[in-house]
Parts: sequence; structure tokens; C-alpha cells
Amino acid sequence: MHIHISTQDGVPIYLQIVRQIRHQVASGILAPGRELPSIRELAEKLLVNPNTVARAYRELETAGLVEKRRTSGTYVAEGPSPLARREKLRVLSERVDGLLAEASQMQVPLEDLVDLLHQRARAFAKKPSLQNPEDHAS
Amino acid sequence: MNQHILEIHDLKRSYGKKVALDGVSLSVPAGGVFGLLGGNGAGKTTVLRHTLGLLAAQSGSVRVFGLDPVADPVGTLARIGYLSENRDLPDWMRIHQLISYSQAFYPNWDPDYAESLRNLFELDPKAFVRSLSRGQRARAGLLVALAHRPDLLILDEPSSGLDPVVRRDILGAIIRTIADEGRTVLFSSHLLDEVERVADRIAILHQGRIQLCARMDQVLSGHSRVQLRFSSAVSHFPPAGIWIHSEGSGHDWSLVAEAGIENIRAEVARLRAEILSVEPMNLDDIFVARTAGKPLAAGVRA
Repeated sequence: MHIHISTQDGVPIYLQIVRQIRHQVASGILAPGRELPSIRELAEKLLVNPNTVARAYRELETAGLVEKRRTSGTYVAEGPSPLARREKLRVLSERVDGLLAEASQMQVPLEDLVDLLHQRARAFAKKPSLQNPEDHAS
Repeated sequence: MNQHILEIHDLKRSYGKKVALDGVSLSVPAGGVFGLLGGNGAGKTTVLRHTLGLLAAQSGSVRVFGLDPVADPVGTLARIGYLSENRDLPDWMRIHQLISYSQAFYPNWDPDYAESLRNLFELDPKAFVRSLSRGQRARAGLLVALAHRPDLLILDEPSSGLDPVVRRDILGAIIRTIADEGRTVLFSSHLLDEVERVADRIAILHQGRIQLCARMDQVLSGHSRVQLRFSSAVSHFPPAGIWIHSEGSGHDWSLVAEAGIENIRAEVARLRAEILSVEPMNLDDIFVARTAGKPLAAGVRA
């Protein structure tokens, strides 16, 4: 599991871990049933406080994304697909919120933004090179 | 659980006419990493030397494990591991002598742990301390500080002047120390990146005073940079209330707020200004905002 920690942009480290694991679960990089590194292992690898990793894992557990098993390990939840769908929408919602904030700062009205979204979707559909490169390889 | 490992109350210290500490109060809870931040000459080392009982309080009080470290050095020092900024170690000893010499001071010395650290740090038992490189010297000092499994590990500028590989060793040692049975680490640093990574709590010391003391996540989430546009030009906007730092002129100002978004909106409305953006801040920016207007020591932003 690869996680990158940055102390440049003011995002708390536990949140960076939560977001990156969420993203990896939603995109299928972390498959259901996969064991996550122990708190101590991840803390030593990322060189961050173990309490920070513990807090990130707790948050992911509360969200139902990972589960603790009796053998003390933490695993990606074997959830049914609705959870994965909710997660995907949640990840996208964060992106959309950022886009809305930026549009509002530039004083671009919502209708123009929606038009732009449709316009880009059409352009995207025409250019296979813009789509997921992994689909390409197969 | 609420027990404090270290409590400092209204500590003052002067060297001649120079005021080093001007009423410092601090509480370090058990089982976490406490980062003491400040530029050169801010007073960090002076705080740590009081904690170790190397300096007696001129006024105010210092309690470590509930004890006065000056009156009861045996009860406190045996439970503290310390790496000084100058890593003062006996130069004439070989590594194996340094280890057995240090062992004699600490009833809880763990020889197996000392040996595993010596291996991990690749310290040659026959090497003289004086012949060690800067990085190896820091590692030797760290071995001595860790091998008796202290309840409180105190590190004074542990990474200062070291290469990234040795810095990783030191951060790793801090992390393992608290991962093992919840010991406590108190370290001073001006390297804000590493403080943000490992500290649960921080205090910013500037010109002998505590500017801020809080949990790391509260420090980060509690500060924002706000870009403002005033409807009519403003020539002076001194920081006050929620605003702790200001820069700008005329209509456009960049302010640092210590408040949540609702408070920021309310204050900006009161100023009849418009918010252009509200952005999170990293520890580096917060540190500068908290200590700005006063001379910053070189290397603070390194």
C-alpha cells in the first residue's frame, strides 16, 4: 500500500491517510479482504505518529470501509457493492465541491459550469486517449 | 490518564540582563509526542535544562513525574533519556566502554536492547567516540538515551545538522518509543516538517514566551489564510481579535485568522469586506504568522 504524506498544504496527516485509503478502495487498488499494514508498521514506514495512523484507521472503520478482525489485523471490508458506490460518489463529491468553490470564486454561474461539464463529457467520449489507460492495455 | 509527565508553571529565567524565559507555563500529558518549536535563541534549550534539573527555577515551578528535578535528581533522571543538542559524550571512550559506562547509571538498562540498537545503528564497538561522524555521534547519543527504556525521552534539536538518513533513524526512534507501551517524548525542533509528522501537541516558544500551545490537529484546523477585498481602501489593518497577522494595502489584504469559518464570515461582514478565498495553512505558515513582526532566526523556514 502506497501512501504519500505532504506537510505543505495544511491538510492534517490523518486526513491524508483516510483520503488516500478511501480512494484506493473506491478505485479497486485495495481489494475487499485485503489486509492493511498494522498501525505501528505504517507509522514507521510513513514516519508519522502512531496515534495519527490509529485515528485514520478508526475513522475508516466507523465509515465501514475497513474492519478489525479478532486476529487483531485490519482488513478492507468485504462490503456489497452499494458501499463501494457510495464511496465512489463520496470521493467524486469532494472533487465537485472543489470545482464549485473555484467556479464561485471566478464568478462562473452554475449553468455555465453544467454546460461545460456536458461539453467536456462529449470531448472525453471522442478521445479514447483521455480515458483510463489501464483499459487500453487489455 | 489525565496525568501530566511534566508541568511547568510561570517559569522565569534571566541571564544577567537578558530575559531567556518570561513566564513559561506548559503541561505535557503522558503517552504522546510533544514538540517544542522556536527559532534559535527562543528559549527551548533553557526549558529543557530546567526539566532535567540542570537549571534551578529562579521563579515559578517545574515538576517532572510530580517531583522537583533539582531536589530529587535520582527520582527523575533515572526515568529520563536525554539527547543534548551538542551530543556531549565522553570523547575518549570506545563505543563498548560508552555502553557499559552508561549502563552503570541506569538500573533499568536493557543490555539486549542496547545491543540491538548498536547493530541497527551500525556502531563499531571498538570505535572511539571522538572519531565518529556527526551522524554516528547522534546515533550513539540516541542509543544511550533509549537503552534504559525511559518513561520520558527528551531530545534537544535531534535532527539539527544531520543528513536525511540519520534523521529517519531519529524519527523512527521517536515513533517506536511511543508505540512501545505509551512512553512520552518531548523534543525541541525548528524543522517544522518533522514536528508536524510526529508531534501530537506543540508549543511555539518565541522570545521566552509561549505563543501557542495546543493539539496538532487543532493548530492546523484552527488557522486559515483569508484573502479580503475592502469596499474602500484601508491603509492600516493591525491584527486584533480573530486576526493574528495581516499583510496588504489599499483594497486587498491577506489575513491570518484563528477562528472557524462561521466566525470569519461574521467578522468579514462586520468589516464590510468581501472574502476572495479562505485556505488552510501548514505549520510553517502558522509558525511564521505567530512569530512575525519579530526577528526570525535563520533556518526557521529550512
